[in-house]
Amino acid sequence: RTKSLPTLHIALNSWIDTPFSMDEEVDTRKINNSFLRDHNYATEADIISTVEFNSTGELLATGDQGGRVVVFQREQESKNQPHRRGEYNVYSTFQSHEPEFDYLKSLEIEEKINKIRWLPQQNAAYFLLSTNDKTVKLWKISERDKRPEGYNLKDEEGRIRDPTTITTLRVPVLRPMDLMVEATPRRIFSNAHTYHINSISVNSDNETYMSTDDLRINLWNLEITNRSFNIVDIKPANMEELTEVITAAEFHPNQCNTFVYSSSKGSIRLCDMRTSALCDNHSKLFEEPEDPSNRSFFSEIISSISDVKFSHSGRYLMTRDYLTVKVWDINMESKPLETYQVHDYLRSKLCSLYENDCIFDKFECVWNGTDSVLMTGSYNNFFRMFDRNTKRDVTLEASRENSKPRAILKPRKVCVGGKRRKDEISVDSLDFSKKILHTAWHPNENIIAVAATNNLYIFQDKVN
Amino acid sequence: MGTGTGGDDSLYPIAVLIDELRNEDVQLRLNSIKKLSTIALALGVERTRTELLPFLTDTIYDEDEVLLALAEQLGSFTVLVGGPEFVHCLLPPLESLATVEETVVRDKAVESLRKISQEHSPVDLEVHFVPLVKRLASGDWFTSRTSACGLFGVCYPRVSSTVKAEIRQHFRTLCSDDTPMVRRAASSKLGEFAKVLELDYVKSDIIPLFTALASDEQDSVRLLAVEAGVSIAALLPQEDLEDLVMPTLRQAAEDKSWRVRYMVADKFSELQKAVGPEITKNDLVPAFQNLLKDCEAEVRTAAANKVKGEVLPEDSRETIIMTHILPCVKELVSDTNQHVKSALASVIMGLSTILGKDNTVEHLLPLFLVQLKDEYPEVRLNIISNLDCVNEVIGIRQLSQSLLPAIVELAEDAKWRVRLAIIEYMPLLAGQLGVEFFDEKLNSLCMAWLIDHVYAIREAATCNLMKLVEKFGAEWAQNTIVPKVLGMANDSNYLHRMTTLFCINALSEVCGQEITTKHMLPVVLKMSTDQVANVRFNVARCLQKIGPVLDSSALQAEVKPVLEKLATDQDMDVKYFALEAISGMYLFNLPTYIFSETFSFSSILFFFFSFSLSP
Repeated sequence: RTKSLPTLHIALNSWIDTPFSMDEEVDTRKINNSFLRDHNYATEADIISTVEFNSTGELLATGDQGGRVVVFQREQESKNQPHRRGEYNVYSTFQSHEPEFDYLKSLEIEEKINKIRWLPQQNAAYFLLSTNDKTVKLWKISERDKRPEGYNLKDEEGRIRDPTTITTLRVPVLRPMDLMVEATPRRIFSNAHTYHINSISVNSDNETYMSTDDLRINLWNLEITNRSFNIVDIKPANMEELTEVITAAEFHPNQCNTFVYSSSKGSIRLCDMRTSALCDNHSKLFEEPEDPSNRSFFSEIISSISDVKFSHSGRYLMTRDYLTVKVWDINMESKPLETYQVHDYLRSKLCSLYENDCIFDKFECVWNGTDSVLMTGSYNNFFRMFDRNTKRDVTLEASRENSKPRAILKPRKVCVGGKRRKDEISVDSLDFSKKILHTAWHPNENIIAVAATNNLYIFQDKVN
Repeated sequence: MGTGTGGDDSLYPIAVLIDELRNEDVQLRLNSIKKLSTIALALGVERTRTELLPFLTDTIYDEDEVLLALAEQLGSFTVLVGGPEFVHCLLPPLESLATVEETVVRDKAVESLRKISQEHSPVDLEVHFVPLVKRLASGDWFTSRTSACGLFGVCYPRVSSTVKAEIRQHFRTLCSDDTPMVRRAASSKLGEFAKVLELDYVKSDIIPLFTALASDEQDSVRLLAVEAGVSIAALLPQEDLEDLVMPTLRQAAEDKSWRVRYMVADKFSELQKAVGPEITKNDLVPAFQNLLKDCEAEVRTAAANKVKGEVLPEDSRETIIMTHILPCVKELVSDTNQHVKSALASVIMGLSTILGKDNTVEHLLPLFLVQLKDEYPEVRLNIISNLDCVNEVIGIRQLSQSLLPAIVELAEDAKWRVRLAIIEYMPLLAGQLGVEFFDEKLNSLCMAWLIDHVYAIREAATCNLMKLVEKFGAEWAQNTIVPKVLGMANDSNYLHRMTTLFCINALSEVCGQEITTKHMLPVVLKMSTDQVANVRFNVARCLQKIGPVLDSSALQAEVKPVLEKLATDQDMDVKYFALEAISGMYLFNLPTYIFSETFSFSSILFFFFSFSLSP
């Protein structure tokens, strides 16, 4: 199979200044720049499978189903073009994973990047972890702007010199050259997962990270590739008794001993690594009792948690299930603090969503920098935001057809009642093949990255 | 240098080395870096300082192994830059190496910096070295700050008191750094830094830092403080320990995090030594009891390793162990975790020398017997491997009745690795139990392993026979082992016939010329007509192996015709090994020049090697 590097069309358009608010009437989100691929050439391999900002927001990494990682860098502010601050340009592109074949199990291992996590910066280079189903890799992305010059045995054009003409020794001299960005694999953490890796998370001690598959969580030292410690194992002795799988896991942002993992049964377990080397016994179990009146064939499927995220403060947990986003207070296990409906209008369509497998889609969710707004994806290239303070919510669309680059995004509405208003979209006309599963929010500014199948959109709130 | 008309021949190899510093092949670059001293020598001190070192300072993009070699080389470069007077020229490249992300490279750079710091004059140290340490300590990235932690200790003793104060201040700052990486580095160097500080500053500066690090919010920092506590305790006078160190250590032994408690258990012997007998008796023994009963198996395992209490005060050691430790040990013997039991099994036998014969028989023997019957083979193996300790105190007879079933069970374990482990203890057991007991009970086991279906076991079994013969002598071998081994030569399974050959390989030397020539050689020669080619080529290899043991008449009269025949065998491998045996033994008509004095063995190899390289 041939694999071309993604062709990115960076759309640059006019700029409109309006203050940021969640108000639906004057929403100010605009496409700052979007990285769009020509649809005619889009292949399965180009579908973006993960999006992640680094800790300063200067870099943004995406991974795709073709095993590639593309890193974008935010343009530095320049005097003559002050408005261009905030644009993200391609910084480095590299092939992180290749398709492999496990001969022992006769299994194909896809190259698809399941998750990317940035490491805290430790020197002038940047480091990120990327994982496919089985193998986690640590990549170093570094710049080089000097090049050694001068050989003894050949001249500037590379012609070999006659050895007999050498009368003095030349030591190479470093000369400036055009900036070159290199991505080099530093470590490969393999052979530790029997099942598919769904999450990786770096510990706040900057020394360890964990990788999670369907049944187990392993703890790694970032410097040691030949050994990892199993900290959670929910595999029953008899696989027929299996009723639950791990769907996501994450470390607490600043307590190095605490982590959570979510399950397909809709519960979240919080574990403390101080109490014991094996964390099979959780310290806290967050679970909402089921409402018997709502019980249906699909209850269990739609209650499966597809993503769990600690707030930046570490006080709250956000979980995403098929229809809702929930916020939990770490100190209250009995029920969520807040529940937001993402697309409740789909409740009546679960049967057809089950038939086309959409009901198993794994939507992710993110916090904004101040933990006051939540964002998550939906179908028809829609994504949703919920303001926790004002209780306002908005539906936006990431699409080139319906919103021009550099224009303000218009809020979208899905018609729920019988009568459809002019600007509303009926549930039946939603395109379920256009789903937004992966989004990211800049750590301290209102810049978001939204992956819509093979396109990456970056939207930015008003700038001065 | 060069002559007017042409180049200087002696420059050429150096020119190649310099060019290869930038070769695309890592191996060649590495090779060049390892010969950096040759390059520097050719360039002379002046050009090394002005050209080579600036180039190396910017070469930090390279592979780790190249950087590691570079960091190491620079540590012994002082002479090449012009001696101690110019040693500071080495600081820039080492400074940039001390900030790379790879820990091994950074550590090596720090090691080299520590080394060359000693070559600085006191003035240079303050003018060049200390500013570097300060730069690293206040660097933007944590990699440079972690490197700085390892450098304070080497410059502190040699600088003026004002600079000393600055260094102490920098160290304090790093101990409360934002990133856990730096706090961990500071925590792990705290003990070392304390050693070079004046006692007053240890009390006024180090103790507060120690207390703070030991209660850090990250347990990865706290656990390193335990080790620092050991070093600090050793520095302080006995009367200060109680106030300054013990509260923190006591708290560490009861830390909420098992990893910190594990560290206390793991460092327990050092800790006892550092705080002395009095505090050990009053404070540490109760803490140790708790660690032995800890809820986390990892902690119990680490504690179980320390039950011997090597550094307990001589006079009260026996009483302390009997009254405080032994009750806990009794519980551990039936612990639920196999690692705990196996750690205990590896040290419990050592208690017998401390407790003496009566106590051992009364209290320990029952525990040994329980462990010998443990469900986990590793536990049983650990008991068996330490039999010598008990043997000294009560004699092995007390145990032999229980020992035998345990050994037999292990010898027949379904897991071949377990069988392998017990084979390895056989020579030791044979020594402890004596030849009679061995012949009676264990000999048959040793022979049974020779026909095990796993090759690794058969191989270990042959090696075991050799060690037994070393222990019991050739005569014993001739009476007990050799007939059985040779008997297998007629086995219908070719693998067993091959085992005979492997045994002969191993035994010929220890059995000596007589047995080899009289008994073994005829069997080997007879097997040269075996119908299986694998057997035949192993005959050739065997003959080569036992050749040195045989006398030359046997070689010429018996071995030579057989090998010559094998050399015409239809099978390619048989032919190959026969020819190899022939040339290996220099048996026949070798060209005389090989033996001539001008050619040593290595030069022959070299000759062939270079010959094959030319087209």
